[in-house]
Amino acid sequence: MNWVTHYNYWIVILLMMLGFYTIIARGNLVKKIIGLNIFQTSVFVLFISMGKIPGGVAPILRDDPTTIYSNPLPHVLILTAIVVGVATTALGLALVVRINEAYGTIEEDEIHEQDRFF
Amino acid sequence: MSTLIDILLLSLMGITALAAVRMKSLFGAVMLTGIFSLLSALWFLILDAVDVSFTEAAVGAGISTVLMLGTLSLTKSEEKTSNHSQIIPLFVVFVTGGVLIYGTLDMPDFADPLAPIHTHVAPHYIEKSGAEIGVPNIVTSVLASYRGFDTLGEVTVIFTAGVGVLLLLGIGRRREDGDE
Repeated sequence: MNWVTHYNYWIVILLMMLGFYTIIARGNLVKKIIGLNIFQTSVFVLFISMGKIPGGVAPILRDDPTTIYSNPLPHVLILTAIVVGVATTALGLALVVRINEAYGTIEEDEIHEQDRFF
Repeated sequence: MSTLIDILLLSLMGITALAAVRMKSLFGAVMLTGIFSLLSALWFLILDAVDVSFTEAAVGAGISTVLMLGTLSLTKSEEKTSNHSQIIPLFVVFVTGGVLIYGTLDMPDFADPLAPIHTHVAPHYIEKSGAEIGVPNIVTSVLASYRGFDTLGEVTVIFTAGVGVLLLLGIGRRREDGDE
């Protein structure tokens, strides 16, 4: 094991922690969703990293029987995850728009401040 | 050579994500998220995941960015500085990251052809899907046939999210306007 063989995993963890930090430490709701997106992409990078085979080609069948294909399974899983990710992003952003209509702000602190009076 | 491009693109993604997280202007952060998605699409292409690449370019870099810009136009585009202590979040993040890095030490090397992931069902898909399904693109065969129920579940999730967005922004608001 050297740093080249594990570089992908460490970048995944860096991205994951950047997203995680944004979600728990930033009060702005749009910023939280950006953090969620970065977190998601880090998971995609982890899965696609694992599917790579040296000398492999994209998993589309060719006539030559000696062709080596990269693993198609993580590609399928991540294809599903990307589309589901956009669906959750859309739902989250819709919630942000509604919160902004009700409270007039998208900052968590100000929302808690207003809630205190009810 | 491809390892070099891999490392370069991943480093660029790390820098872009860091800049997006640090930026106070939400418009700038959303634009950087778009660049981040595009870089990841490029990286998927280098790693032979062509289907994932164009989905990410269209959906991740395209639709997500448009949705976020739409939200910004309806809300505010500047982030306020919070005066909370950052020590506890940073502590949690560093501890979690440290534990995860410890976990990667047991992971198989990048692009190891003998990794467990390549010895389970994937060889079956690669060898038999041409005869069993008849579609040259293995990803399509797995997505639509072998794991068809998975895709059905995905469609259910998207439908639910769509209904949720409609209820939040469409139907509910019209009724409120009628009451007033």
